[in-house]
Amino acid sequence: MQYMFQLFADESQFAKLPEAELHQLFGAYAAYTDAIKEAGVFVAGDPLQPTTTATCVTVAADGKTNVLDGPYPDIKEQLGGYYIVEVNDLDAAISWAARCPGASHGTIEIRPIMSM
Amino acid sequence: MSVASVAHAAAERVARESYGKLLAYVASRSGDLATAEDALADAFAAALERWPRQGLPDAPEAWLLVAARRRVIDGARRERRFERVRDALEAASPDVAFDQPDGDAIEDPRLAMMFACAHPAIAESVRGPLLLQVALGFDAARIASVFLVAPSAMSQRLVRAKRKIVATKIPLRVPPPEQRAERLDAVLAAIYATFVQGWDDPANVDPRVRGFVGEALWLGRFVVDLFPDEPEALGLVALMLHADARAGARRDANGDYVPLDAQDPTRWNATAIAEAEALIARAASFKRIGRFQIEAAIQSVHAQRRFGRKPNDVAILALYDALYALTRSPVVALNRAVSVGRVGGPAAGLAALDAIEATVDLRDYQPYWAARADLLARAGDRAAAQAAFARALGLTVDPAVRRYLSMQMTTR
Repeated sequence: MQYMFQLFADESQFAKLPEAELHQLFGAYAAYTDAIKEAGVFVAGDPLQPTTTATCVTVAADGKTNVLDGPYPDIKEQLGGYYIVEVNDLDAAISWAARCPGASHGTIEIRPIMSM
Repeated sequence: MSVASVAHAAAERVARESYGKLLAYVASRSGDLATAEDALADAFAAALERWPRQGLPDAPEAWLLVAARRRVIDGARRERRFERVRDALEAASPDVAFDQPDGDAIEDPRLAMMFACAHPAIAESVRGPLLLQVALGFDAARIASVFLVAPSAMSQRLVRAKRKIVATKIPLRVPPPEQRAERLDAVLAAIYATFVQGWDDPANVDPRVRGFVGEALWLGRFVVDLFPDEPEALGLVALMLHADARAGARRDANGDYVPLDAQDPTRWNATAIAEAEALIARAASFKRIGRFQIEAAIQSVHAQRRFGRKPNDVAILALYDALYALTRSPVVALNRAVSVGRVGGPAAGLAALDAIEATVDLRDYQPYWAARADLLARAGDRAAAQAAFARALGLTVDPAVRRYLSMQMTTR
């Protein structure tokens, strides 16, 4: 079963981190990604550039396009990255999500991917 | 304090101290925990509504018991099932005194309930959570958080387990003497499982994910009170006390992780250690060794540091040898390999690590990689150590331990 982890965190906190801590955080993510790959459950995963680079597109019923700067929901914690893992069940997914560095400075939403 | 808040405080106190006992009494005749839980919840709600108006009853527990039993009868009447009505009527019969045990010479019906929760027919992974819900009244969501399981899933598993108790007629009864040792082991293992799950939050301070360390200790002591001559029960409580005694030393002033070797013994809880040692001594007098006594003994040797002595690594290894012979557990084999590394040097430790037959997959087990990394670093194989530290880091849940491993990577 495939699950997507959506990593939500307050972007503004990263800007405040000292160099050494930032370095450690990247190391932690690298180690976590490697661990998922070694375990054979990694399907995909990427960090996303900050929400200042986001653009939203909608098309109205009459075909009128609307393009806006900025992220879609204006919330305290923004989507910063994702992983897709292939595991046996939700328990296993939760177990991996708990190890993700994103879980200790934000929230990880786990959602099963619809099988078509 | 207002009358309402006095009533609330009283209800809460009764809930914490007597929930399990009341539940056991209400459920004792029908064996139906789920119905009993609902009835008890209604009774508590009624108490919170009536006590502020009518004043606190003289015997709050008895009031709740009668109220809950009445609701069970009402429920049975509504379903028009003769058997349930008959059982419920018997349950509410006035000649069942509050202290009267049901058949066996037990003093507290909670114990019978705990044996039911750890019955072999109940899935092993659900026994600890079931104990927490049934004996202490915790809700599925709180239990789920600590056991790292989705709340809905935990809720379902608990419901299924309780249904199984009713459907297969698992008796709410202390097992007969010939089964007692084995069944008691299962109860102790379930209590230990709840203790271990709380361990990742050593200071037990994070209200979001506070573990069940205190509750596990309470359950363990409860079993010891009722089975004072069972050495494994004494051993379990001693083991938990030793581990919990060090809770205050596992984090430094900055919130950073402090491994056992580096802990300051003056920050260990001396009273808890003293109690643990007394329990170990008493357990030994029965001359019936078991896994919890051995684990407690290992903790005891580690705790020798409080006298300014280095821990006796040879003694610890001998204890792990005995524990492995008894359990053949891969986790024990892992801890034993660490011990071999201390006694025989890192190369011997690595050899012991390699020899572990992984019946359980150690590939994703964080302590395995942390141990391997430490041994490799001490053996001077820096590249392999780095890779192992990174692997351990990637498998770590606790951010303080992640920082610690990160530090190890840069300095070793």
